[in-house]
Amino acid sequence: MTDKTDVWQGTLALMVLKTLQNMGPLHGYGIARRIEQISGNLLSLNYGTLYPALLKLEQESSIASEWGISENNRKAKFYKLTRAGRKQLEKEARDWEQAAAIVGRFLTPTEEQS
Amino acid sequence: MKQLRAWIVRLAGVFSKRRREQEIADEIESHLQMQMDDNLRAGMTRDEARRQAIVKLGGVEQTKQIYRERGTMPLVEGLLQDLRFALRQLVKNPAFAVTTIFVVALGMGACVAIFTFVDVTLIKPLPYWRPDRLVEVTESVPMIPRADLSYPDYLDWKSRNDVLSSLDVWTRQGSMLNTPSGVQLIMAGRVSDGFFATLGVAPLLGRDFYKGEDLASAPLTVILSYAGWQKWFGGRPDVIGQPVTLNGDAYTVVGVMPQSFQFAVGGNPAFWITLHPKSHCDLRRGCHDLRGVGRLKDGVAVQKVDAEMKAIAAQLERQYPDSNRGQSAIAEPLRDVMIGDIRPMLLVLLAGAGLLLLIGCVNSSSLLLVRAESRRHEIAVRGALGASQTRLVRQFVTEGLVLVIAGAALGMGFAALLVRVLLGFLTQELIVYTPFVNGLGIDWRAIAFAGGLSLFCLMIFSLAPTLRFTRAGDLRDVLARDHRTGSGTSWRRFASNLVVVELALAVVLLASAGLLTKSLYRLLHVDIGFQSDNLATMQVAMPPTYSTDAKQVALGRQILRSIAALPGVTLAGLTTRTPVSSNGNTTWIRFVGRPYHGEHYEVNQRNVSSEFLKTLEARLVRGRYFSDAEDASKPGVVIINEALARKYFPNEDPIGKMIGDTDLSPKSLQEIIGVVADIREGTLADEIWPAVYEPFNQGPDDYVTVLARSNQAPESLLPAMAAALRQVDPGIAIYDQASMNQRIYDSPPAYMHRTAAWLIGGFAGLALVLGAVGLYGVIAYSVSQRTREIGVRVALGAQRRAVYQLIMGEAGWLTGLGILAGMICAIIAGFLMRALLFGVPAWDVPTLLTVAVLLSLAALMAAYLPARSAASVNPVDALRAE
Repeated sequence: MTDKTDVWQGTLALMVLKTLQNMGPLHGYGIARRIEQISGNLLSLNYGTLYPALLKLEQESSIASEWGISENNRKAKFYKLTRAGRKQLEKEARDWEQAAAIVGRFLTPTEEQS
Repeated sequence: MKQLRAWIVRLAGVFSKRRREQEIADEIESHLQMQMDDNLRAGMTRDEARRQAIVKLGGVEQTKQIYRERGTMPLVEGLLQDLRFALRQLVKNPAFAVTTIFVVALGMGACVAIFTFVDVTLIKPLPYWRPDRLVEVTESVPMIPRADLSYPDYLDWKSRNDVLSSLDVWTRQGSMLNTPSGVQLIMAGRVSDGFFATLGVAPLLGRDFYKGEDLASAPLTVILSYAGWQKWFGGRPDVIGQPVTLNGDAYTVVGVMPQSFQFAVGGNPAFWITLHPKSHCDLRRGCHDLRGVGRLKDGVAVQKVDAEMKAIAAQLERQYPDSNRGQSAIAEPLRDVMIGDIRPMLLVLLAGAGLLLLIGCVNSSSLLLVRAESRRHEIAVRGALGASQTRLVRQFVTEGLVLVIAGAALGMGFAALLVRVLLGFLTQELIVYTPFVNGLGIDWRAIAFAGGLSLFCLMIFSLAPTLRFTRAGDLRDVLARDHRTGSGTSWRRFASNLVVVELALAVVLLASAGLLTKSLYRLLHVDIGFQSDNLATMQVAMPPTYSTDAKQVALGRQILRSIAALPGVTLAGLTTRTPVSSNGNTTWIRFVGRPYHGEHYEVNQRNVSSEFLKTLEARLVRGRYFSDAEDASKPGVVIINEALARKYFPNEDPIGKMIGDTDLSPKSLQEIIGVVADIREGTLADEIWPAVYEPFNQGPDDYVTVLARSNQAPESLLPAMAAALRQVDPGIAIYDQASMNQRIYDSPPAYMHRTAAWLIGGFAGLALVLGAVGLYGVIAYSVSQRTREIGVRVALGAQRRAVYQLIMGEAGWLTGLGILAGMICAIIAGFLMRALLFGVPAWDVPTLLTVAVLLSLAALMAAYLPARSAASVNPVDALRAE
């Protein structure tokens, strides 16, 4: 029984940015596949939701896009991280770690007591 | 910042829709292809590969949709869509669009135009430093609540009070100005030294009066108004130090006031001079000709000043019982004094314009509803296909928005026009009474006001459809029902309510217009006590050379002789105050042979020529007229009016009785030789005061009004009269030439009532038309909805009469309700504007009845047309129609 988790609100952008940092320019399909792989197939990602997220990041100029040719010769739109995006990634990653740490601290003592 | 950028990109997206669509489609397709490649490699069939890819994506169209929504602004895009739709709708139905826009524009224009006047007079601060701290302080007597102040009293008030940081006085004085083209009469302001400082206004050029410059010993100096500077000195910058001759005295210009400076209580003087108290009036405590303006000390309220001044006045009353008996004081905010009379009129006009706009909106709103009703099917279907309720309502709001914006834009143009027309109406006299209308026009405040009104109209426009469609019931209901029979009923109820409101508002406006018109009629037909037709009048100022009584008497005689000799003139007379101008210029009398304890019997005093009363054709009730020979060498005589006889000689014959001044000094004694029927000395709206008419030859003045009775149009006589006077002495200044009727017609109360009556009457006329049109709309729609029902009735044998009854009954019911509601509101409205009513009660029954009949007739006509078409329904056609 592997319950797949839905993507938490707000974390998709972080995952996209991190993926683009690790992989370099990549198309939407590639990003989606990569996120699924990294999550160890634990995450249920509706691919369709990825595109508005990409568009939002692009509107905020964290990423830029460009039409290109994929590895298997398909025309595809490639996304790459911009300088602003790199900064945003750093900040969001930091925020996320901090949040996770705080929540973690709350959870640890509770487990000890029970 | 980041978000702002995203917003801009999205907003831009609204306008690059087609390219984006292509891009989205391409990207999704490329995504699917890549996934299909993978799926095929995983061994699926081609169809299965594509199906799985789409499932994984979450549906192609769904993805495109959320992608799209992120790409642009759905709200803005929807709005543009609605806007296009609304414009298409309006273009398809130009008659409706034009009517609605025109009605909104009319109401809006009227509102905005009147608002500019309200703003200038009631809202904007007076153009002085901290104007809310300025008060008018003056004397008050029982007969005249705001009387003038005497110079000695002013000095005492100034030194004894500790609630005002400064107190100054002003008065106006007609003065003779020597110009290259002869002597001209101009209006000069006489003020105390600190007058401008108290108002907190500094001269544009030169200096203010210095302390003590208003004393008799100081040199004669003058400060010019900006207009005076432009007019008499061509705006020359080297005007300071220039000499000016006023009343034969040499003055020096020391300053020029800025253009924005206005002190318009009674007209803007061109020259400001200081008091220089030396005439015998200035030095007498009993001679009142000044007005005080003071600045409150910090933390002191007007009421405190009022109380303090009354206390000081009471002290003075004890100290100087002869002159100050009954002389109290009054302090009021300067603003209230300045705008005084016009406030109720403006508020009534604004309310009238507001009602008109409201009627217009309600009317348009019900028309919008009619159209909405015919789109019920369409709307129900769209709702079923997933359009949200807000989305549907929004479309109606957008339609309203287009109408309101167009109406408002047109309305502003209309307002600008109306402001100009209204200003043109304002006679010079009235501009005097409404200070600061100079520079009045559509400014950003008026535009903001129009914006607020537009919002209000939009709300009314949107309210109806919103209420309609949030309660529209479900789709099945709407579609299953045969819209020919049932659909109209609930709508009809709603529209009927609107029509009742509309009719009620129309009644209010009509009744107000009726009351105001009746007031105007009453006012213009008030008994003035003389014959005003064929009476030419002009005011005359004698040159300063006529400095003695004897000289003035001689000139008076000469003037009258020359006027009487003119062809067409039957009689000529002169007086010191034009009748029907104002009460005041009073004197205190005392009766010989009666106990006296210092009471002040205050009466109007007019010094008139021997022929004056005959020229007026006033009615002599008892006794005789003066003769021209009765001058200073003869015993004093006086004619009193009936009001005086009634008040002070209730059961006696006044003829032969003696009166005199408060000391009964021998020189002042006069024998009453006649009683004349009351002549209205004050304005049409004022009460009749007791009055004494003394022979001019026994008490002359250098300012007189000359009147000529003619047997031809008095206007044509005026030039000849002026020429005759100039022949007598070229130094005579003549001003204010007019026929007596014109003078009365232009007098402020007549003017004010006339403006109010005309404007409200205009509004009421429009309201009547709108109300009738609204009723017609509802009845006509109702008939069209009931065609089949009527067809059935006729087929079953109903007479035409019965059909008429059916339709007219419906209209009658609505009209009756509207009139009833309107009557109640009209009485309240009449009560609220009672300040503008003259001789008419708020519940004037004839007016209300007339309005009811008028509206019923209009309603009858509005209902008759649809009723006739209903009665002529051919049952076969009606039943076959559907």
